[in-house]
Amino acid sequence: MMTVKQRYALRTGVRLAAAVAITVLFLFPIYWLFMISFKTPEEIYSFPPKWYPGRIHFANYAVLFKDGDAITVWNSFVVAGVSSVIAMFLGSIGAYSLARFRTGGEHLANWIISQRMIPPIAVVFPIFLLYVWLRLVDTYIGVILLYTAFNLPYVIWMMRGYILDIPRALEESALVDGCTRWQVIWKVVFPMCRAGLFATAIFTFVFAWNDFIFALVLTRTEVATYTVQVTHYFGGQSNFWAKISAMSVLGTLPIFVITAFMQRYFVRGLSLGAVKG
Amino acid sequence: MADLKITALHKYYGTVHAVRGVDLEIPAGEFTVLVGPSGCGKSTLLRTIAGLEDADKGTIEIGGRVVNHLPPRNRDIAMVFQNYALYPYMKVFDNIAFGLRSRNTPKKDIEPKVRRTAQMLAIDHLLDRYPRELSGGQLQRVAIGRAVVRSARLYLFDEPLSNLDAQLRDEMRGEIKRLHQELGKTMIYVTHDQVEAMTMADRIVLLRDGLIEQAGAPLELFERPATRYVAGFLGSPAMNFIDTRLIAAANGLALLLGDGTNLAVPQKRAGSLAKQVDQPVILGVRPEHLSRATQGERQGLARYTAVIELLQPTGSRTYATFNLGGTRAVAELQAHDVSAINQSIELSIDMNRVVLIDPATNRVLS
Repeated sequence: MMTVKQRYALRTGVRLAAAVAITVLFLFPIYWLFMISFKTPEEIYSFPPKWYPGRIHFANYAVLFKDGDAITVWNSFVVAGVSSVIAMFLGSIGAYSLARFRTGGEHLANWIISQRMIPPIAVVFPIFLLYVWLRLVDTYIGVILLYTAFNLPYVIWMMRGYILDIPRALEESALVDGCTRWQVIWKVVFPMCRAGLFATAIFTFVFAWNDFIFALVLTRTEVATYTVQVTHYFGGQSNFWAKISAMSVLGTLPIFVITAFMQRYFVRGLSLGAVKG
Repeated sequence: MADLKITALHKYYGTVHAVRGVDLEIPAGEFTVLVGPSGCGKSTLLRTIAGLEDADKGTIEIGGRVVNHLPPRNRDIAMVFQNYALYPYMKVFDNIAFGLRSRNTPKKDIEPKVRRTAQMLAIDHLLDRYPRELSGGQLQRVAIGRAVVRSARLYLFDEPLSNLDAQLRDEMRGEIKRLHQELGKTMIYVTHDQVEAMTMADRIVLLRDGLIEQAGAPLELFERPATRYVAGFLGSPAMNFIDTRLIAAANGLALLLGDGTNLAVPQKRAGSLAKQVDQPVILGVRPEHLSRATQGERQGLARYTAVIELLQPTGSRTYATFNLGGTRAVAELQAHDVSAINQSIELSIDMNRVVLIDPATNRVLS
């Protein structure tokens, strides 16, 4: 017969083992991706597979920079960053208007979020034709405009929820104390939903960063993003696994960094709107 | 000169007519309390004065200047909100300094002003704390500090004490009144609590259904209410209202109660009631104007034999419920005047201080 203490220890042990097993299962592909990027071609194709490289080998990355392929990561960064900033700004003030002035009545907010549900593939070709006419294909402006437009509904919807949670009296108090509406938004609304702002901004950035379909159709060489670049390494005869993995690591790192730094806001922001009914 | 002048003010919320033609003048330095039950339009009126709501009709003048179209920041007002409205991400110091900074007060002036205000409100030891670290009473002091740190023409208070417990409310009531005496500024205070209104106001403005029912000094409203509504709203326990009929008796006028008792109306009040003879009249008598009868007749006292149905001792006084001419009434007696229910005692009614109301108009007969 086990004592209560033993049973507790056993249960904790089983849980811990399950947690470790699941974590390993999920992290293994990422581990493998990183390892391939540091291996020599021989190590990549060796059988049985090598679990880790003999020595850390940066040649796969060096090639990306030498050939100029790494610039596509920068392109991703520019289009995702700039479009996120614009979408956050426009979306937040749009959300403020919906939340506080009841702009568009009851249903405008629902209509706006429905725009986000359009499948990208359904609109990308009409947009491509329009962009050809406007000479926006393969330009920063063209991609940024599209990402901004696609992210706006999401930003408006999220920020509207956060703003509705702010007690009105806080804003009214600021209005009486000498602020204009713009100052109220800047000094009261934004600080009050800072966690929500960060969480929404991360999602907005990640959407643009991870997008493939829009970038594939609307870019060529000048502003191609890293997601498009990776597909160039899948060839008819062979796949360049070294380049694929190195480029994928370059594309994954910024997301790791952002989520690590913003985790505090991220968790709070996600639960902020959710808890209050 | 009046600090605030409101003329024929109307405010609608959709089809709801919240303020229905209010005229009000508030002289400089006065502490005015807008009081009434919830939904009477008192908060709407205050918010319209502040510019947080637009007036639909009528004008609002602050310091002789029409402000209808000015945003709140240009109306020369400061306001304290019911839920404190403190910024949770700012320390107490920054909360109090917020209005000064928004109005570009020179940096060197901000600190002394904030410290002086904090001292006045006994919160100078809390300046480095965040609002979440304060108690309800402290939060309210900070909220008041944020309003009074600025020099404004009008200070508006929107039910500032209703979130506090009873003891703290008593304390803050005195505090705000003291602040008014120190600053000598014009203050408008909204509450639904008649005790707050009575104890704090220089003048009470009693609102009902978006209109001013009566305005005047607290004791004036209490002793000479114009309508049944005012008579019933002020005073705790509330005034007793009893249906009677005014009749001509052998030695003057009297009120005939449902149980056949006659209560003599004092001679000096009879003159103006002549037209009302043989008409129904509502007798309004405050619990404190009922007392245990003593030996000997006194001018203006009517006697009534009551059987006590319920006793509510408060310590210093005892509230006794009994049947007065068919209506349940409450008398405020001395602590030991009655000891048990179903006891029959002789009460005297101070007929000089009762109010007589015309049931047709609900107005008090002079």
